[in-house]
Amino acid sequence: MIDPKQKLNSKIFDTSVEQVPIRNGFGEGLAEAGEIDERIVGLCADLTESTKMLAFKEKFPRRFIEMGVAEQNLVTVASGMAAMGKIPFVSSYAMFSPGRNWEQIRTTIAYNNVPVKIAGSHAGISVGPDGGTHQAIEDIALMRVIPRMVVISPCDSIEAKKATMAAAKTKDPTYIRLAREKTPVITTEDSPFEIGKAQVLFKPNTKKIDVCIVATGALVHKALHVAKTLEQGGIGVTVVNLSTIKPLDEEAVISCAREAGAVVTVEEHQIAGGMGSAVAECLARNHPVPIEFVGVEDQFGQSGTPEELIEHYGMGEDHIEKAVRKVWKRKNIK
Amino acid sequence: MPLTDLKIEELELKANDIRQSIIEMLLEAGSGHTAGPLGMADIFTALYFCILKHDPLHPDWPERDRLVLSNGHICPVLYATLAHAKYFKLDELNTLRKFGSRLQGHPHREWLPILETSSGPLGSGLSQAVGMALADRIDNGRSWKKFFYCMMSDGELNEGNSWEAIMLAGKEKIGNLIAIVDRNNIQIDGFTEDVMPLSPLYEKWKSFGWNVLEIDGHNFNAIINAVDQAKAVFDKPSVIIAHTIPGKGVEEFERKYEWHGKAPNSAEAKMALAELRTLNGKIKSEHQ
Repeated sequence: MIDPKQKLNSKIFDTSVEQVPIRNGFGEGLAEAGEIDERIVGLCADLTESTKMLAFKEKFPRRFIEMGVAEQNLVTVASGMAAMGKIPFVSSYAMFSPGRNWEQIRTTIAYNNVPVKIAGSHAGISVGPDGGTHQAIEDIALMRVIPRMVVISPCDSIEAKKATMAAAKTKDPTYIRLAREKTPVITTEDSPFEIGKAQVLFKPNTKKIDVCIVATGALVHKALHVAKTLEQGGIGVTVVNLSTIKPLDEEAVISCAREAGAVVTVEEHQIAGGMGSAVAECLARNHPVPIEFVGVEDQFGQSGTPEELIEHYGMGEDHIEKAVRKVWKRKNIK
Repeated sequence: MPLTDLKIEELELKANDIRQSIIEMLLEAGSGHTAGPLGMADIFTALYFCILKHDPLHPDWPERDRLVLSNGHICPVLYATLAHAKYFKLDELNTLRKFGSRLQGHPHREWLPILETSSGPLGSGLSQAVGMALADRIDNGRSWKKFFYCMMSDGELNEGNSWEAIMLAGKEKIGNLIAIVDRNNIQIDGFTEDVMPLSPLYEKWKSFGWNVLEIDGHNFNAIINAVDQAKAVFDKPSVIIAHTIPGKGVEEFERKYEWHGKAPNSAEAKMALAELRTLNGKIKSEHQ
């Protein structure tokens, strides 16, 4: 069952659950953070409406810079502004930033250690009809490999707002991963959020815990559905929302893995190098258990509806459930 | 106002000292770039001993002018100039490129906080200078008190990122931004016009909305006049295309792209230092 301490949306399992794009939370959070701290500036590469930076631009026109379609300049100009004491937020599609401008982010932001916040919108395969060129499914890997870079992948719009406002208060170079599509709102204003903290959203009321699902981003909702279904069938599954992928909440990951003895990771990203890899690196060193990875298997996407693509590329509820059963079986082979 | 002959002589001697330090530190390091640093010694001397508003005793003075070195590989000239300007002791120059040194092979601001940025990968320095100037504009409007300088190579104008920055600075009409392009016509694979032609460079910058000045980068009066003229233009960013001789000051190294990316061995360094100390034979004894 849902952990009541998480104060999640009571309609979480209803078909009528409210659906809001995760990127909207970024827009709201940035506009609000801009009110609190006037050092915050916004830079956008010709996607001000669709990355939801528009509200900030309208509220603080003097603190907004339209960069044109130039993602390399986007992040390097932001680095220069940060060197003068600003806290720049830069937004584009994840495929272009951090997809195109990786070295500039590495050298001028992370190596320089300046507080630039990179918002990568339209991440994941669920971008849909735009097709494979626009589906960033490598961005977590690209960002988490850079020293110092904080990587956050919120599970819904409310968490995206909290993540944005929290990132505005830190000195760390930060990547915030955002999705385009409408996503069920799982959390509420009262749900706990802290950068670097994993949240256990679901604990089964079965006698024992069989498997732990670690999920991130929009797929957390599907993971919760699977846990609920399996609970009814007597399989105990915990669900961890790993919204901060780096720094990894090792304590929480290890303790959940220890408790369950088997882990499934769920993300809308290549399996190689993504959140699952981060979890596996941690567990291999600290508490090895069988792991199954739900994500894209070394492929590019294509056009389609978000649901079609999630199913086709193996990240649907059935796939998550299969992975749970498989890892549970592996655990029990002694 | 033209400089007095005495002041020019003083700057020339300072640049000569800096060139000697460059040779010494490269010899000690055993690797690094020679041609670019020697070619830019006069401009760095003019900046740090005549032009820049800065204070070596208070390197974090908020009102200082900012100098971004975009082509980080010529950092020996920056390090040597900073040492001669008394930001740190000359002895430290001998640690260039060594393990644990503050003088990293390419500049790292975290190791040496008096730097304005870290650099090396080409084409991103001008964007950072533009960002600094835009941040300053948010705080101070157009009544600026400080200038933002970006030192660039001609080779790095091959990078698309450079032109993205050039476009933005033109659009934003950043009047307190001064780019200085080291137009030495060489890059690693050969002469710039063979590798990737930049000509007509003056017209290119001009068409992006910049105030363009073109000078002899070894003439102190020309360097200082150009910066004064750049400062007088309020509604455009300025670029000074400074024609320099790569390897300047050591005849053996001059105009040879082979010297772009290597350090002198001890015989070559000895010859170079002798040439610099005698001002190319003008002084008979090495010890004045």
